[in-house]
Amino acid sequence: MTGNGPFAWWRWQRLFSDFSLILGGFGRTLLVAALALLLALVLGTILGLFSASHSKILHAITRIYVEIFQNTPLVIQIFFYYNALPYAGVVLSSFMIGILGVGVYHGAYVAEVIRAGIGSIPGGQMEAARSQGFTNFQAMVYIILPQTIKIILPPLTNLAVNLIKNTSILAIIAGGDLMYHANSWASNGTLSYGPAYVVAGVLYFILCFPLAVWARRYENKLKNREFVTAETVELISEVIEC
Amino acid sequence: MIKLVDVDKYFGSLHVLKNYNLTVGEGEKLVIIGPSGSGKSTAIRCINGLEEPTSGHVYINNEELTHKNHIELVRRHCSMVFQQFNLYPHMSVLRNITLALTKLQKKTKAEADEIAYTYLDLVGLREKADSYPAMLSGGQQQRVAIARALATQRKILLFDEPTSALDPEMVQEVLDVMIKLSEQSITMVVVTHEMGFARQVADRIVFMDDGVIVEEGTPDAFFSNPTNERTRLFLSKILR
Ligand SMILES: Nc1ncnc2c1ncn2[C@@H]1O[C@H](COP(=O)(O)OP(=O)(O)OP(=O)(O)O)[C@@H](O)[C@H]1O
Ligand SMILES: [Mg+2]
Repeated sequence: MTGNGPFAWWRWQRLFSDFSLILGGFGRTLLVAALALLLALVLGTILGLFSASHSKILHAITRIYVEIFQNTPLVIQIFFYYNALPYAGVVLSSFMIGILGVGVYHGAYVAEVIRAGIGSIPGGQMEAARSQGFTNFQAMVYIILPQTIKIILPPLTNLAVNLIKNTSILAIIAGGDLMYHANSWASNGTLSYGPAYVVAGVLYFILCFPLAVWARRYENKLKNREFVTAETVELISEVIEC
Repeated sequence: MIKLVDVDKYFGSLHVLKNYNLTVGEGEKLVIIGPSGSGKSTAIRCINGLEEPTSGHVYINNEELTHKNHIELVRRHCSMVFQQFNLYPHMSVLRNITLALTKLQKKTKAEADEIAYTYLDLVGLREKADSYPAMLSGGQQQRVAIARALATQRKILLFDEPTSALDPEMVQEVLDVMIKLSEQSITMVVVTHEMGFARQVADRIVFMDDGVIVEEGTPDAFFSNPTNERTRLFLSKILR
C-alpha cells in the first residue's frame, strides 16, 4: 500500500483529489467530439450528395477529398494545422484544430457511408420522384436520404465511436482534452501514469461502449428485416473500417 | 398533344429507338404493345424526360422537351405509373399522394389531403390512407400509385406495364381503375400485355418491334386484320 509500484494506493488517492482536472478534460473531449461530429456529418452529407450527383466535377472533388483524408495519418493532418498553417498566417487554437482536424478527417468516412446508403435505395425511387417533377436535389432530401437513415445509423454510430477515440490525438498538441490532462497530470507531478491512463481509458470506454453495443444490436435487427439485405448492411460496415 | 419526331436512342452501341415517330392526340388513349426489349419503355420514358433521346425531338403541347426544361414540363403535363409501383416506403399512403402537392404545387396540407382523399375514393382505398405501402397488396399499391399520379391533375398519364408485376388475381382491380379513368378526358399512353384492356379502352394500338413502330390501328382493325407478318406472329403468341 505504501510501496512505489505503478498502481500504488497513494497514487490513486492523489489522482482522485485532483479529479476535477480530469473531469475538465473529459468535458473538453465531449465538446470537441460533439462539434467535430457535427462538422463531419455536414461535410460528409454534402460530399455524399456530390458523389450521387451526375456531375463529373463534383465526383472528382469528392474522390480527391476522400482519398486524401482517408489515406494520410490523422496525426500529420493535425500537425499540419498546428505547425504549418501558422506560416500561412492562419493560427488556430488547439480547440479549433480539434474540431476542424477530427471533423474534416471523419467527414471523408461519413461521405462514404452516405454514398453507400444512397446506393442501397432502389433506382425506382429516384425515377418515381423525377417523374413527379422533383429535381434530383429535392428527391434526395424528401425521398432518398430519409430512406437511408435506418441503414446508415449503425455505421455512423461506429464512426462516432472512432471519432471520440481519435480526439485523444489532441494530447500531442496540448489540446486540453481528457488524454492531455491525464498525461500531463501524471508527468508534471508524481509520475502516476498507471492510474491516470486507467481512469482516462475508463472514461473513454463509458462513452464508446454503449454506442458500439447499440450499433451492433441495431445492425442485427436490420439484418433480420426483409427490406434491407444483409449484403447492404455489410457493404456499408466495410466502408466504415476507419 | 405528344409528339416524338425522328427520335433515335442508343444505350452505348445498342440502337434501341430507330428514327421513331409517334403522335398522341389530346385525350387519346394509346396502347403500345410489342415483344420484350423492343423499346416500349424507352419510348414512353422519353416522353417525360426519364430518358433523353440521343437525337430527335420530343414535344409536349408544342413545347420542345429539353435537358433544361424537362422538369418544368413534366410538372405541368405528365404523370407516370410504373411496373414496380415505386411508392415511397417511408411515407404513409396519404403522404405519398400529398408530397408533390405540398412541395411542388405549394398547396396547404388541408387542400392536399382533400385532393388525396378524392383520388383515394376513386381507386377505392380511402380506408388505407394511414397505412404504409409495405402493408398493402400489390394491387392496392398500384392503385395508390395511380391515385398519386392523378392527384397532381396533369393531362397526360403514362403507364409502363402497370399490371405485369401483379399476381393474376389482382390484375383486374387495377385494370378496372384504368378503365374508369379512360372515360375522362386525360391523355393515356399505356404499355401493356393486357389485350382485353387494349381492345376495350384503346383509341389506337401501336405495335413496336426492334425499335420501330411496325403497325398501328384501331383495336378492331388491329386485332381482326393485322397486315404485318411480325404483328401476326406476336398476336398469335400472346392471344393463345
Ligand atoms: N438504361 C439502360 N442501359 C442500357 N441498356 C438499356 C437501358 N434501358 C434499356 N436498355 C436496353 O434497351 C432495350 C430496350 O429496352 P426497353 O426497356 O425499352 O424494352 P421494352 O420494350 O420495354 O421491354 P420489356 O417488355 O421487357 O419491358 C433492351 O435491350 C434493354 O436491355
Ligand atoms: Mg419495358
